[in-house]
Amino acid sequence: MKKRTLDIVLIVLLLAICIAAIMITGRRSQKGSYVCITVNGEVQTYLPLDVDGVFPLNGGTNTLHIENGSAYMVEASCPDKICITQGKISKTGQQIVCLPNRLIVTVTSSPEEVFY
Amino acid sequence: MKDFSSRSIALTGTLISLALVFSYVEALIPVFAAIPGFKVGLANIAVVFALYNLGFKKTLEISLIRVVLSTLLFSNALSFIYSLSAAVVSLIVMGLMKKSGLFSSLGVSVLGAVTHNLVQLMVAILFFNTKELIYLVPFYVFSGTVAGVIIGLISVLIIERTKGMGYESI
Repeated sequence: MKKRTLDIVLIVLLLAICIAAIMITGRRSQKGSYVCITVNGEVQTYLPLDVDGVFPLNGGTNTLHIENGSAYMVEASCPDKICITQGKISKTGQQIVCLPNRLIVTVTSSPEEVFY
Repeated sequence: MKDFSSRSIALTGTLISLALVFSYVEALIPVFAAIPGFKVGLANIAVVFALYNLGFKKTLEISLIRVVLSTLLFSNALSFIYSLSAAVVSLIVMGLMKKSGLFSSLGVSVLGAVTHNLVQLMVAILFFNTKELIYLVPFYVFSGTVAGVIIGLISVLIIERTKGMGYESI
């Protein structure tokens, strides 16, 4: 029975540490400097977030706006427009995903990060 | 335990097949893949059962054969590196923790699952040279704990119910 108590202590401790760590790192997650554009899992290009503008992606199927350090989708050729409703992204690791066009926009800190 | 008694060979074979079937079922049923990157690791039920009934050496055999077979059948060379390193290290941790006598099979299974996830993340960081992944550590420990609890509870039930059926003495 003593072992069971230790089991529970272990589980609670692990969960508590994780949740604390997730909260701390979440609060500290930095503003990104680039967005990485991948189509079909292949990196197409990196766009700097500090340059405002309108960027047609993937040969025009999607249009990305970059404004005040955050990126958001304004146009998509797909019927559901889910990528547009995903809103603005600016922190590293945040993503906009357009599944019908197999397009993913990810915020990164540098233009060389590898994603998979 | 005689290594090559027919009972031992039969049980080892059964557990390997069971682990394989679990791997397959898990890949087949989308419920288990509902959260991206999260796996319950059903095959570990067989591994934990083996650890508690057949000892470390036999379990290592079972685990290694399962990894090789499931890679050949269901996945690719890259995932082989992940599966193999994670399976071996987590089994060593589980073996040590079981020996330490601190935890029951539930705690052992939790530690095994957490180690499994951390090793996979470590391999990913080394192979792809992506330090950013270190931020995923808490998520991996969390999902490992959840998976370990699920597998651990199932294993506790199975180990308790098969007690006295003669599996321990094989």
